Amino acid sequence: MSKAMIKINNLSKRYRIGAKEQSYRTIRETIMDGLRAPVRNLAKLRKLTEFKASDDEEDVIWALKDVSFEVNEGEVLGIIGRNGAGKSTFLKILSRITEPTSGSIEVHGRVSSLLEVGTGFNFELTGRENVFLQSAILGMQKWEIKEKFDDIVRFADIERFIDTPVKRYSSGMYVRLAFSVAAHLEPEILVVDEVLAVGDISFQKKCLGKMSEVARRGRTVLFVSHNMDAVQKLCTRAIILDEGRVVMDGPTDEVVSRYLGEEMNYAGQRIWSDINKAPGSGMVRLCAVRVLDQNGKACTSFDVRDPVSIETEFQVMEEGHRLVVQLHFVSEMGNVLFISNNNLDSPWRDTACPQGHYRAVCHIPGDFLNEGKVSVTCRIDTVGLYHYMHVMERDLVRFKVSDRMDPAGVRGNYSLQWPSGGIRPRLPWTVEKAC
Amino acid sequence: MHMIIKPKKGLQLVDFKELREYKDLFYFLVTRDIKVRYSQTVLGGLWAIIQPFFSMIVFTLFFGVLAKVPSDGIPYPIFNFSAMIAWTYFAGAITGAGNSLVGNAHLVSKIYFPRLIIPLTPVVAGLLDFSIAFVVLVGMMLYFHIYPTITVLFLPVLIILMMLAASGIGMFLAALNAKYRDIKYTIPFLVQLGMFASPIVYPASMVPEKYHLIYALNPMVGVIEGFRSILLGTVAFPTEMFLVSALISLSLFIIGLLYFKQMERYFADII
Repeated sequence: MSKAMIKINNLSKRYRIGAKEQSYRTIRETIMDGLRAPVRNLAKLRKLTEFKASDDEEDVIWALKDVSFEVNEGEVLGIIGRNGAGKSTFLKILSRITEPTSGSIEVHGRVSSLLEVGTGFNFELTGRENVFLQSAILGMQKWEIKEKFDDIVRFADIERFIDTPVKRYSSGMYVRLAFSVAAHLEPEILVVDEVLAVGDISFQKKCLGKMSEVARRGRTVLFVSHNMDAVQKLCTRAIILDEGRVVMDGPTDEVVSRYLGEEMNYAGQRIWSDINKAPGSGMVRLCAVRVLDQNGKACTSFDVRDPVSIETEFQVMEEGHRLVVQLHFVSEMGNVLFISNNNLDSPWRDTACPQGHYRAVCHIPGDFLNEGKVSVTCRIDTVGLYHYMHVMERDLVRFKVSDRMDPAGVRGNYSLQWPSGGIRPRLPWTVEKAC
Repeated sequence: MHMIIKPKKGLQLVDFKELREYKDLFYFLVTRDIKVRYSQTVLGGLWAIIQPFFSMIVFTLFFGVLAKVPSDGIPYPIFNFSAMIAWTYFAGAITGAGNSLVGNAHLVSKIYFPRLIIPLTPVVAGLLDFSIAFVVLVGMMLYFHIYPTITVLFLPVLIILMMLAASGIGMFLAALNAKYRDIKYTIPFLVQLGMFASPIVYPASMVPEKYHLIYALNPMVGVIEGFRSILLGTVAFPTEMFLVSALISLSLFIIGLLYFKQMERYFADII
């Protein structure tokens, strides 16, 4: 039985997300409010660092709630979860950037975190100077850096430019150098957050190699990622965080497949029955979002040839806003496939909406989406002279698009696996024999 | 290495052992500040001289020549310049330190290291500019044939005092600035007022004797008058004002440090 390197006991972290801003439309209201603002601002800013016993205050959220688990020596632990699940907060506490509200972490060993590669780089300094600065920020001593300097530069592959100011680097060179510094730390516990999103493919491979090398040497690695492939390749064990709690802890394969499966178990609709708890501002709130098939029924599974409709219901509580409802379609891997606004065909395009209940439906034609899992983010903004955002809710509904290999679709006679790509639209082609 | 991460309770004191572990980082941040300050400028380090020197010329013209402000029996330019270099350092240090946390927000919210290093960096980095300007002062002393007495050995004490006051105020403002961005706008204002509340364009001897101890609550009063006394031999060493200013500097340092340490735990969350 190997020894526990990290022991997390009932860890909780509370954040104040900032009281809601009110907005004013008349000049008089704006001026009066401006005069009163200092008092209100002071109260608001003071509250940033003060918490009262009443926990259910509206603007307080628990990013982590009673999280407990252990990580053993030599283990490579993947931490997965949706945005806002508490992953980054956990890493921030572990790397001592912020402190927990309650609970504790016992750590045996030096922790180095790659929360964001390249923080602390100064663009005016040369590559060489930055290597020293960055290494020191990450906790290395001068002699340690001198010893590893040549390796760092060689790994980043920028020997020629090491005495050039970093501001003249290409972004690829910059990222390579930054990662190279981080990769040469020799921590007993390495914390990695999404760094693989940067750099080109060959460099990413280099990074993954480095991480597994660190793991092979018996070091403990905590890896936070949305990239399930990488998690499956690198980690021996994984946990799922959801709304600040650990919902599953086990071997990577099981955890990842449950996570991906669970993602799809999200219903094709989200409804807020209590308007006061619905997401939104004092002016506009979201009431419901649904994925509908061509018969108007809620549905989560579509064929590539089927049309998909996304219906959004919202309540306008204050008149006088020209509103734009925007839907973001996001792939399973977290890429935005495309974004659509209601603006173009909306009768409200140049008209302010009176109070009331509204329904906006976005029609996605058949033969447009590619195979895969799609998650929908909804955003509602006031446009015009004053632009503000009322609603920005990620991952509201999800649906799956699959291909039944029907030659009537875009696929035609192409019988292989359809290549990747966010969409698979039906486009007009002309093909003729030129001579 | 073994460590327990949990909410900190009660009074926070300085962890000197940890600070020592990060001394290399401190060194690199100070050199970064110095290297970056005049990068891509034509005049480079000359800027360290230009600023106090031209202020001195303007003040000499308006206060020395036109308003005929007394200068304790020495030529007005050197009278003013000796104070100007200390004030330039002090103003630069509190401005730099006060804005340092917010300016390094990307570091504070991403990486752990002893936060104290951040406001202390500009306080130390500013010493280089101060030294450059000091060389000019020595040149002026030679030019005006003014030579220091043996009390010049006291100079390091005055410099340390100046640094204590600057870092105390700097740490306090930096911590406050993390939460209330009003500080950003308050600092230039403070610096401007402070300049006239210190004996820079006029000698302390213009302030009625009975107010001297109150006057010396401004820590730069003791420092500047001390400077003039030991370097230029203007007046006898102002022991009383010096002691008051020293006490204040030390208190400011302790208050600033404690306040910073208490607020430290929130920096990453609120900055």
